[in-house]
Amino acid sequence: MKVPNKIHPNEITPLAVYFNRRNFIRAGVLAASAVATGVAYRKLNPVGTTTATPVQTAKIEGIATNAPAAAVAENTGFHIDETQTSLQDITHYNNFYEFSTDKEEVAVAAANFKTDGWKVSVEGLCNKPKVFDLDDILKLSAPEERVYRMRCVEGWSLVVPWVGYSLSKLLAAVDPLSGAKYVAFETLLDPARMPNQTTGVLDWPYVEGLRMDEAMHPLTLLTSGLYGHSLPPQDGAPIRLIIPWKYGFKGIKSIVKIKLVADQPRTTWSDYAPREYGFYANVNPTVDHPRWSQATEQRIGESGRRKTLMFNGYADQVGHLYAGMDLRKNF
Amino acid sequence: MKESDIRFAKLLVLINGFVPLALLMWDQSHHRLGANPQNFLILTTGMMALIFLVLTLAVTPLRQLGGWNWLIQLRRMLGLYAFFYACLHFLCFFSLDRGFNLSSTINEIIKRKYLWFGVTALLLMVPLAITSTNGMIKRLGGKRWRALHRLVYVAAIAGVIHYYMQVKADVRLPLVFASVLAVLLGYRGWNHWQGQKPKTVAAPKV
Repeated sequence: MKVPNKIHPNEITPLAVYFNRRNFIRAGVLAASAVATGVAYRKLNPVGTTTATPVQTAKIEGIATNAPAAAVAENTGFHIDETQTSLQDITHYNNFYEFSTDKEEVAVAAANFKTDGWKVSVEGLCNKPKVFDLDDILKLSAPEERVYRMRCVEGWSLVVPWVGYSLSKLLAAVDPLSGAKYVAFETLLDPARMPNQTTGVLDWPYVEGLRMDEAMHPLTLLTSGLYGHSLPPQDGAPIRLIIPWKYGFKGIKSIVKIKLVADQPRTTWSDYAPREYGFYANVNPTVDHPRWSQATEQRIGESGRRKTLMFNGYADQVGHLYAGMDLRKNF
Repeated sequence: MKESDIRFAKLLVLINGFVPLALLMWDQSHHRLGANPQNFLILTTGMMALIFLVLTLAVTPLRQLGGWNWLIQLRRMLGLYAFFYACLHFLCFFSLDRGFNLSSTINEIIKRKYLWFGVTALLLMVPLAITSTNGMIKRLGGKRWRALHRLVYVAAIAGVIHYYMQVKADVRLPLVFASVLAVLLGYRGWNHWQGQKPKTVAAPKV
C-alpha cells in the first residue's frame, strides 16, 4: 500500500475537506454499485426472493383410508415408506413448460390458471366413448392416497402423496375394443391460459402415450390431488397422469383427451429429441441419458445423492411388462 | 485517470464481483436457494463464471471504441473473478453432484461431452490466472503474454458450448451468451482482418 498523499501544512484544511467529500462520494458510488449488482443478480436468479406461498386448493373428501402397512405387506407399491417431500417443494419445483421453462417460476406463472368447466374426452377404439365433465370422472371411483416416488429425467426426485385412482377404471368405463393397443393423452392447448404455449420451445399441445398393459397397470394413477387436496395448477390441475416407474415427463398434466389407438402414438419429448427421450422412458439407472448419468438422483430435501433404483423401485410390480425387451433400445 | 481513481475503480470491481457470492452464501444460509439448492449452486456459479468471462472480453472493445484506456486496469480482476467462479462451479459439481468422489468425477468427465467443454474452459484458465501477475507479464514479455492470453477466447467459447449442451430444451439464455460472445470476438476478428492492429492492444501496464 502507498502512503496517502502527504498534506502540506498550509493546505491542510481545504485538502481535508476535498478528500472527505471525495471519499463520501466514493462510498456512495460503491454502495450504489453494490446494490445495483445485487439487484441484477436477483433479477437473474429470482429464487432467493421467493417466499413460501401457501397452496390453496380444495380438500378432497372421502379419500380411501390409506393403509400403508397393508400396502407394504401386499407389495402393491401403492405406499412407499420414505420421507415425503414438503408441499412447498412439490408445488414450487415444477416442470410444466406450458407455463414456464423455469421450474421455480411455474407456480407464479400458473397461479391464475382456471379449470372451470373442464372436460375430458375419452375416445378412439372403444364401445362407449364419452366426453366427461371433470366431476363425472372424479366420481367414477373413490379417491385413494398413493405415496409414490417421482423421478425426473433431469436427475432429481420427490416422494409425493398423490390422490387419485387407477387409470384402468376410467378405461374400463369406456369399454376398449380389442384393437386398442395403446393409449394416447393430450394436454390442453390454450395459449391464453397457458402463456408459454406462445413460444415454440416444444411442439404444442403436449402429448404422451402408454402401451395398453402399462395404462391398465394398477400403479398407473389418474391423479386429481396431492396431500389430500385438489391438484394446484402448477402440478397439473385438474387431472393428470402419474406412472411412478417412468420418468416424470410421462406423467402428462392438465389432460383434455384420452384416446385408445392401435399404433404407438407420438410423444412430445421423443419428438423433440428422439435420441434422448424414448417412448418407454422407464426409470433405469443403467441406461444413461446421452448427455448425463441416470445412476444417481438428487432427492429434493436431502443433502447427498441417492442411487436410482431400477423401474424407480417398482421392479417387482412392473418388471414383467418388459420381460425380454432390450431396455437399451427401448429406452 | 488519476492513480487514486484507478485504485477506486479496482475496489469497485473487487466489491461488486463479490456481491453475487455474498448473496449466494446469504441465501444458502437462509435456505432460500429453492427446492434444489445443489443444482442452483452449480448453475449459478457457472453462470457467474461466464458473465465475468464476457466482461473480461468486453474490456478491449470498450476501451478502443470509447477511448477509455483505464479500463485495461480492471481486466485482470475481472478475469480472475471468472476463474474464481469457474473454480467454485467445479467444486460445487465435485462435492454436490459427485459427492467428493474423485473416480466418479473423472469417469463422468470422460463420458460426458458437455463436461469436456467445461473442463477445457477451466483448464485453459489456469495458466492465464497463473500468469496474470505483473511479474509474470514481465518475465514472459508482452508479445508472448498476449499470445498466451488469447486462450481466453477458446475458454469462453468452450464455456458457452458447455452451458448450451446441458440445457434440456430452453436454450434462450445460452444463446444470449453465445451472441454476446460472437459480437465481442467478431469485433476482434474484424480488427484483425482490417489489418489495423490498434496500437492500444498491449499487455497491461506493469
